[in-house]
Amino acid sequence: MILATIAFYIFAAVAVVAGFLVIASRNPVHSVLFLILAFFNAAGLFVLMGAEFLALILLIIYVGAVAVLFLFVVMMLDIDFSELREGFLQYLPVGALIGLIVLMELVMVFGTWAFTPEIAAVAASPIPPLNEMSNVEAIGQVMYTQYVYFFQAAGMVLLVAMIGAIVLTLRKRPNARRQVIADQVARTKETGLEIRKVDPGQGL
Amino acid sequence: MEIGLSHYLTVAAILFTLGIFGIFLNRKNVIIILMSIELMLLAVNINLVAFSTHMGDLTGQIFALLVLTVAAAEAAIGLAILVVYFRNRGSIAVEDINLMKG
Repeated sequence: MILATIAFYIFAAVAVVAGFLVIASRNPVHSVLFLILAFFNAAGLFVLMGAEFLALILLIIYVGAVAVLFLFVVMMLDIDFSELREGFLQYLPVGALIGLIVLMELVMVFGTWAFTPEIAAVAASPIPPLNEMSNVEAIGQVMYTQYVYFFQAAGMVLLVAMIGAIVLTLRKRPNARRQVIADQVARTKETGLEIRKVDPGQGL
Repeated sequence: MEIGLSHYLTVAAILFTLGIFGIFLNRKNVIIILMSIELMLLAVNINLVAFSTHMGDLTGQIFALLVLTVAAAEAAIGLAILVVYFRNRGSIAVEDINLMKG
């Protein structure tokens, strides 16, 4: 049990420090890398809580897809990031004030409630004991039956996002000369060749 | 000391606050703002999973999965808009994005 406690404090501390460095580091590439570190440690927290499937999905989706997408965009755009840092200190007081207020409110909310004892009886889809069914199997049995419409809706969200991203970034360049194979095949001798009679000494 | 629900909720609260703080701190850099939003969504996910495992209800984990989906979609769309904006304007400063102000 002491090992789990130590692991929790390590994961939590590294996640919080990495989260702070995401917003505070000078170089956006470093920010993305610290974001990846924060996600890794959050995945560790998920494992400690007993949600292995979500932990691995978090790594696959966030580190494998989202963070790499961020890295691509950061490195693709040719931006002078130092001038974007102007006004950093100007917004520091109001940002710190609002952050402090939100943190205080959250702590106050967390500190002042308790579960009713009969809360376990009203669970919509109780977690089966681990020796009967693994976390992945339990999620699969619930997600494809009870929550199948939500699953489909998530698929639709991803589809719309994919189409949207393609439509947004697709660029039609009217000046670009592309190879049109149909036109090339449809060419005949009459359209491709013109014979002019040239009178001697006059030119065209 | 036993690690309970409140420990996880505290970590999530700190991460969420860091996300809000990041949005205010980096007012000009859209990429950092998007990353702050990802951080806030991560905090929400930690909350959902913490409640789910503490109460023995799988619904929270399903919901966290849906939040993950939406976060991925949001990152893709946001970065696509960012790329298009940069192509048109040559800058990603947020303070310039007020052309539609009446």
